[in-house]
Amino acid sequence: MTARIGVVTFPGSLDDRDTRRAIRLAGAEPVALWHKDKNLHQVDAVVLPGGFSYGDYLRAGAISRFSPVMETVIEQAKAGLPVLGICNGFQVLTEAHLLPGGMLGNDHLHFICRDQKLRVENADTSWTSDYTAGQEIHIPLKNMDGRYVADSYTLDKLEAEGRVAFRYVDFNPNGSLRDIAGITNEAGNVVGLMPHPEHAVEPLIGTGRTDGLPFFTSILKKLVNV
Amino acid sequence: MSRTPLDTVEHAAATPDVELPWAELGLKKDEYERVVEILGRRPTGAELAMYSVMWSEHCSYKSSKVHLRQFGEKAPQSDALLVGIGENAGVVDVGQGYAVTFKVESHNHPSYVEPYQGAATGVGGIVRDIIAMGARPVAVVDPLRFGAADHPDTKRVLPGVVAGIGGYGNCLGLPNIGGEVVFDACYQGNPLVNAGAIGVMRHEDIHLAKASGAGNKVVLYGARTGGDGIGGASILASETFDDAKPSKRPAVQVGDPFQEKLLIECTLEAFKEKLVVGIQDLGAAGLSCATSELASNGSGGMRVTLDDVPLRDSTLSPEEILMSESQERMCAVVEPEKVARFLEICEKWDVIATVIGEVTDGDRLEIYWHGGKIVDVDPRTVAHEGPVYERPYARPDWQDALQADDANKLSRPATSEELKSQVLKLVGSPNQASKKWITSQYDHFVQGNTVLAQPEDSGMIRVDEESGLGVAIATDGNGRYAKLDPYTGAQLALAEAYRNVATTGAKPLAVSDCLNFGSPEDPAVMWQFAEAVRGLADGCLQLGTPVTGGNVSLYNQTGEAAIHPTPVVAVLGVIDDVARRTPVAFQEDGQLLYLLGDTREEFGGSAWSQVIHDHLGGLPPKVDLERERLLGEILISASRDGMIDSAHDLSDGGLIQAVVESALLGGKGARLVVPDGLDAFTFLFSESAGRAVVAVPRSEEVRFNDMCGARGLPVTRIGVVDGDAVEIQGEFALSLNELRELHEGTIPALLA
Repeated sequence: MTARIGVVTFPGSLDDRDTRRAIRLAGAEPVALWHKDKNLHQVDAVVLPGGFSYGDYLRAGAISRFSPVMETVIEQAKAGLPVLGICNGFQVLTEAHLLPGGMLGNDHLHFICRDQKLRVENADTSWTSDYTAGQEIHIPLKNMDGRYVADSYTLDKLEAEGRVAFRYVDFNPNGSLRDIAGITNEAGNVVGLMPHPEHAVEPLIGTGRTDGLPFFTSILKKLVNV
Repeated sequence: MSRTPLDTVEHAAATPDVELPWAELGLKKDEYERVVEILGRRPTGAELAMYSVMWSEHCSYKSSKVHLRQFGEKAPQSDALLVGIGENAGVVDVGQGYAVTFKVESHNHPSYVEPYQGAATGVGGIVRDIIAMGARPVAVVDPLRFGAADHPDTKRVLPGVVAGIGGYGNCLGLPNIGGEVVFDACYQGNPLVNAGAIGVMRHEDIHLAKASGAGNKVVLYGARTGGDGIGGASILASETFDDAKPSKRPAVQVGDPFQEKLLIECTLEAFKEKLVVGIQDLGAAGLSCATSELASNGSGGMRVTLDDVPLRDSTLSPEEILMSESQERMCAVVEPEKVARFLEICEKWDVIATVIGEVTDGDRLEIYWHGGKIVDVDPRTVAHEGPVYERPYARPDWQDALQADDANKLSRPATSEELKSQVLKLVGSPNQASKKWITSQYDHFVQGNTVLAQPEDSGMIRVDEESGLGVAIATDGNGRYAKLDPYTGAQLALAEAYRNVATTGAKPLAVSDCLNFGSPEDPAVMWQFAEAVRGLADGCLQLGTPVTGGNVSLYNQTGEAAIHPTPVVAVLGVIDDVARRTPVAFQEDGQLLYLLGDTREEFGGSAWSQVIHDHLGGLPPKVDLERERLLGEILISASRDGMIDSAHDLSDGGLIQAVVESALLGGKGARLVVPDGLDAFTFLFSESAGRAVVAVPRSEEVRFNDMCGARGLPVTRIGVVDGDAVEIQGEFALSLNELRELHEGTIPALLA
């Protein structure tokens, strides 16, 4: 008995198939979810993948947030369903107000693709329990609109409550405030980050590291109570 | 509703004396007369529009065709070739039931006029060619050439081109895994923006561009048709830039990668359900091209109702609709009973799809507008029977003087200190410097199958997760070599791309090319073209790698000044298991460095002669394709049997450039000894072809040497991976930090 983890495909999603592969490699069962379908098909958790949903010609994630599937995701996330937003998925989560703050264009105005060093700040969420707090990992990053911003009250609150999940180390690739790469909600079931853990799950592929796999093993362990 | 009566076929027949703007549409007088002769009357405005775009240089290959035939005539026997020249892209068998399609195309002229959109739509066009073959696109590569790196206009063109390629390709979810960036003043007014793409499919999924089966429906799907790019093919790509003529800005198309992403997914879903009889993308010459090519490749005729084409701008005339190059459109031929399902899939992906016509029994392409027949032609005369020119060509009178201006006679460094400073100058020169600032604007990781990406010798993509089957691609070209000797230059481009594929451990299988030249109306340019094609065709025959397709871009010149002849060659290879791939980076201290091949005093066209002496003259390096093949076999065997841990081909910049790159990528230095019989200068800077540097673990030393010895490949031990500097014993040492600062600092300093 393993967990069923849904991956939503919006029009313009790019890393949906890659995310399903990562889920499979972690030992869980990936389930493809469709943006026009409100039904989550009894999945135990949901990943909103990277890409440029609806082309992101408007603010990134601003349209997807209103898609039929998101109605159910928002409702169930508030009730405790584990949800991970990667890159565009993180943008969708902030647009949906499941996570605070928002994303602006990179401060250098270019798309950036690199192997990014991160520090795990919170290893107690549904998606990070297989890391240890303070652990440094390398995860590929690739985005155009990755600059995390929030007002200072929100930032202080996030810091005080330990809800900054990941921070950029050595190099801030997009001008994110306080080097924030990813955050979690209060309950720890909703996590969003700009880097792409699904691209660091096989030793031969991409950067050749597997530092992203614990995202998917963390949630699997939580769901099957190992 | 219109001021003048609709120019129908009947109207044209009844009004033979009406003057049509054939010259403005790019047709020559004799070409127009041929259209009249074919039709037996004057063409309608719509017919004239179709003939003019389809008979343009860009679409008809009228100047190059007589030469390109050699790629077919001299094609080597290859079991791997499934679909050859003439389709949207060639298809190659890579084993295990998989087929790979790949192609390189140019988008040079639009990218100079409007860098972002020109480059973006270049990616869009090549990707649609790949989808049209039935394949899922899996990677793109971009060979780029710009004017001098420090020229102010390069700062306008390059960032726009790079952002356009990234903006489009990243949004499509295609990893960008290779290509080149070259600077040379000859490309100042004519940057070369070539775009390549690879797609993967199962053998049974190959689709062709043909409309067969009377009664089958013609479905146009994708973006609405607008006024962008009207006449782009006939005007932009076929005339030389000239300040005296009015601005051609409006002729560049605007891309929408989101729409193209939907087009990919919905097309692949339709293929999967076997709903498509024939398919063609709409690129240059838009509907004119798609309808005439589909009809002429099929068994019947075609009837199209132009009123049914969804428009972005309702004021477009039928001629404009036929010529529009609006992006992100495709045309499929679907059996009537499958149309409903096809439209349903399009609707699922929010893609507009409209039945605009059907395949007919006859052999005519008929197009209707407001009830009147405005086109009635034999589609073959539009698509395939355009003019063919035997352009005069002649070896330019300056060629002898150029070749006599021997680079081997240039003054060489006299001291170790001078040698060292020249190495630093070379490593920090724009052409030899790291292109990370550019390539980091492209997504390398998406799709999760990227095994190698730039700056590796070739990009490599995993095709099968279970078996590890993969494909590699490298693109290379050297306009400086080709200027000195176009025949040899083309073969050197082929040799380098072949070597780059083999260096990563993949077996080279097939070739695509993008031939960038000046005006074919100049006999000197035509000679360069003829020589380059002959060289490439001869080379492909010798190496056993057939040309599967490609693209010709002519008129890359401003006024009298043509670009260097620049044949860009893409070689596709296959590797049984990507786990055996060989990277460029040094892996482990203590590993032994070997130089494979022969080093001669060859500096003609070299990076050294350019950077140190701003010189171009003499002869390019010699080509020995049998040697290239042997070197390739050794590199592939060594990779498969685990005898080497890193390898890097030697090309522009010579050995020192290769060693510096391997050292910086691996974060490990090297100690080198100048081998007997060579002076340090020749050892470091010579650009002799057919060479590579490999790092061999000590445990494999004997086995590796034995293999090279048994097969007769010269192998020279030149040093060891070690430390944090690149040291040439008895000459100088350069710390990796210093090298890195130079190598990685140059491009951002010029362009960021």
